[in-house]
Amino acid sequence: MKNFLSTTMLAVAAICLLFSGPAQAEDGTIKIGAILAVTGGASFLGGPESRTIEMQIEKINANGGINGKKLELILKDSGANPEKAISFAKQLIEEEKVFAIVGPSTSGETMKIKNICEQGKTVLLSCGAAEVIVNPVAKYVFKTPQKDSFAVKKIYMEMNKLKISKIAVLAGNTGFGKAGKGQLLAIAPEFGIEVVATEVYDKKATDLSAVVAKLMANKDIQAVVNWSIVPAQAIVAKNMRQAGWNVPLFQSHGFGNIKYVEAAGAAAEGIIFPAGRLLIADSLPADNPQKDVLMNYKNDYEAKFQEQASTFGGHGYDAIMILAKAIEQAGADKEKVRDAIENMKNFAGTGGIFNFTPEDHNGLDINAFTMMTVKDGKFVLYE
Amino acid sequence: MTTELFTQYLFAGITYGIIYAVVAIGFNIIYNTTGIINFAQGEFVMLGGMISISLNPLMPLPLAIGLAVMLTTLIGALIEMVFIRWLVHPSVLRMIIITIGISILIREVALHIWGEGVRSLPYFYGNEISSIDILGAHVSPQVLWVVGVCSIIVTLLSLFFKFTPLGQEMLACSANRLAATLCGINAKNMVTLSFMLSAGIGALAGCVVSPITYTQYDCGTGLAIKGFTVAVLGGLGNSMAAVAAGLLLGILEAFSIHIFPLAFQDAISISILLLILFIRPHGLFGSKEAAELKEF
Repeated sequence: MKNFLSTTMLAVAAICLLFSGPAQAEDGTIKIGAILAVTGGASFLGGPESRTIEMQIEKINANGGINGKKLELILKDSGANPEKAISFAKQLIEEEKVFAIVGPSTSGETMKIKNICEQGKTVLLSCGAAEVIVNPVAKYVFKTPQKDSFAVKKIYMEMNKLKISKIAVLAGNTGFGKAGKGQLLAIAPEFGIEVVATEVYDKKATDLSAVVAKLMANKDIQAVVNWSIVPAQAIVAKNMRQAGWNVPLFQSHGFGNIKYVEAAGAAAEGIIFPAGRLLIADSLPADNPQKDVLMNYKNDYEAKFQEQASTFGGHGYDAIMILAKAIEQAGADKEKVRDAIENMKNFAGTGGIFNFTPEDHNGLDINAFTMMTVKDGKFVLYE
Repeated sequence: MTTELFTQYLFAGITYGIIYAVVAIGFNIIYNTTGIINFAQGEFVMLGGMISISLNPLMPLPLAIGLAVMLTTLIGALIEMVFIRWLVHPSVLRMIIITIGISILIREVALHIWGEGVRSLPYFYGNEISSIDILGAHVSPQVLWVVGVCSIIVTLLSLFFKFTPLGQEMLACSANRLAATLCGINAKNMVTLSFMLSAGIGALAGCVVSPITYTQYDCGTGLAIKGFTVAVLGGLGNSMAAVAAGLLLGILEAFSIHIFPLAFQDAISISILLLILFIRPHGLFGSKEAAELKEF
């Protein structure tokens, strides 16, 4: 038995040695893995993210790569399916021996592959929003979107200003919706806000007029917070306004794509939501440290893909650019690059100014969000 | 419950119900002539919506819708000719797998053509926030469009099956395919026609509901499940029963929200489907004897 054990251990050690070989291919390129929900229910995230990452890598390579080394992207479409994300993560780490992984697009998938990346000692730069990704901190796992708890706090701060104390919470039955609803309920008492009604709907809901009628009958409700993705977030807005219910409607930072405003049309007017500054890049003062990054990304993306840039594509931008910066500083060494990301300070990304520390693998503070609203079909600062 | 709230729920229920009913009718037309369930029915609805949305900037809305319906009808015919026509006595299971395959194929093609974004046609009358006051409830004018167009579809279909020779021939195929063939009816053409008809109806429904529900490349699946529930609920093959069952299910769903959390809405409709399958497998309005004569 003992003999068997030691043989097994030896074998395991040998395999580990095998896998810990150099991450870069022999021809001097650095392989970057990406697991993104290009199709499926979260394609509104994965679509812009994958396009952005491809665009940035193309650009880096056109400029001669990083320290003379070209980047090679291996993009896997998970369709927002956690099981697929797991097998892709294993494949990328064990077979492709990628240098680092960008993505996944959703929090649910990220949580499933967190440990795989830890064990594979491979840096993961997630585009998922949920706070649990980096809290507690995992050595190799980072994320670029602002924490959802900051979004909730920002909304509640605004409500305090507007003297709103009784609200209704609507959420889609996605990972995003559930996490948001949890945060909304947990943080509400801190701001003296009472959630008098909560409803969860299917993400494929086609009409929500009945639930709007039910909530509207409750005269206590002073505002509605909706935490979901398309198309439901536009449907909620339409059904509320059609019913003639004019309480303020707050949405999550998931509303940060002009397409949703177009989808909701006139009903989008006056929706209040927190988002990164990408959406109002044009109107930022020139001395804002993010101004250049935002304008460059927005112009490049819009020129190349003929569609408006969204904050989600921005998360992909931040992920790949933070990685590129770290590789530039530390060379093509996995451990050194990890340390470089952890110690990166004042990195101006699309989501905000990143200041990573060993305790904070997100690096953004609450100021990364600003409150916005929709006026005449455009995003403007909410004041 | 106030009258106001009651009417509001009622109209929400009618909106859901009539959409389900039109999808269910699509199922029924194909079921009647072929005895199979076409699981790609929801995709016809999606195609109708998507094609009309793409055409809308190029031409007036009615023309865009008309053209979208025609194109989807052609796609329906093409699908039948390529995938179904050459099969000799296919088993039910095989047909189900083929139609599920077709639905996945259409979805993937749509994803490549239109991307993952959510689109919609403009409101036919008014805009996103306009509503009409009916008995104290606020109803979007588009809901009236949906109800109106779907009622016309149902009426025209019944007239078509009752009074036109072509409709009678299709009915004959569904009653007894062999006898119909012996009478000189080309059964294969009737099957193609049934695919065209249900594709066209699905597409038209997809256009009128698009401003309310939005259109996305994968929006057909959910509709197909609900439509199938309604078709079974009413009794497979019976279009009038599908309308009644659709309205019943829609209204039940809407009123259930008053008592149960919204999250249970779908659980309720699926429970109803299961109950019906256990207690009245031939549907609420179907006849048991007729159901026993069919192989599926």
